[in-house]
Amino acid sequence: MMWASWGEFWAMGGYGLYVWGSYGAAFIVILIEIISLGRGHKQTLKRLKRMKAWESQ
Amino acid sequence: MSIAIFKYAAPMNFYGLAGRLIPWFAWSSGILTAIGLYLAFFVAPTDFQQGEAYRVIFLHVPAAWMSMFIYMVMAFWSAVGLAWNTRLSFMMSRALAPTGAVFAFLSLWTGALWGKPMWGAWWVWDARLTSSLILFFLYVGIMSLWSAIDDPRRGDKAGALLTLIGAINVPIIYFSVKWWNTLHQGSTINMTKAPSMAAIMLAGMLVMVFAAWFYAIAASLVRVRGIILERERQTEWVAEILEGKA
Repeated sequence: MMWASWGEFWAMGGYGLYVWGSYGAAFIVILIEIISLGRGHKQTLKRLKRMKAWESQ
Repeated sequence: MSIAIFKYAAPMNFYGLAGRLIPWFAWSSGILTAIGLYLAFFVAPTDFQQGEAYRVIFLHVPAAWMSMFIYMVMAFWSAVGLAWNTRLSFMMSRALAPTGAVFAFLSLWTGALWGKPMWGAWWVWDARLTSSLILFFLYVGIMSLWSAIDDPRRGDKAGALLTLIGAINVPIIYFSVKWWNTLHQGSTINMTKAPSMAAIMLAGMLVMVFAAWFYAIAASLVRVRGIILERERQTEWVAEILEGKA
């Protein structure tokens, strides 16, 4: 194990802000993309179903 | 082989193929990310020059590479679409753009957070950084152009044209560290020289590159399926999917 403690791990030798600022942002941005992809597909299906129901009237 | 390619150039067949491929790419990406992060934080040693700050590289390089690579793939599909008027190529280009923009943003963001402790500046207007910012603006510009044009076929062509014109920026980014004096370090991986980093650091970075690659494929396949449904909504097979038969 390279890190003596979790405290040392989070500190990243004094560069914690920069390292975790990078990884945190990447995690958030990609999570947002994944959620919006999942919701987007469901919404597309719903919208197309509505359009179809409306057209067949 | 060529028969298979033509078969899957039909949106209906590609919709099914994409649906079967997505879980494989998504799971591979997840597993590779876990391995990559483990190597990045628990195996790769401290850098003798940059201390722990260098660990940003495991995100920064994959993000920067993907932002350029996805753009080149978009340019390829745009060229194919304009030359042969194939519908699916334009749809692929549209499906790739948001993920490309995400990686372009992350390359700038992680670059700023790496630049601050190493150079003392979040941002400098040098060739590498400026051309990377232009790449991000190109993604945003192309997506705005698509959303501004209601007619999908006209939007496809206009977007493809802008994509192709903007493609000149990618080699500029790539060679910027050679052509101009820049604060940005030279390329990490070189075709002619041995890599300038320790083998384990390189391994971690490459694992993250493949994770990003598979993620981009999975994300764009999800997106292209939505676009296919939208465009083909008048067809029998989409009607069957909407009725829950298929």
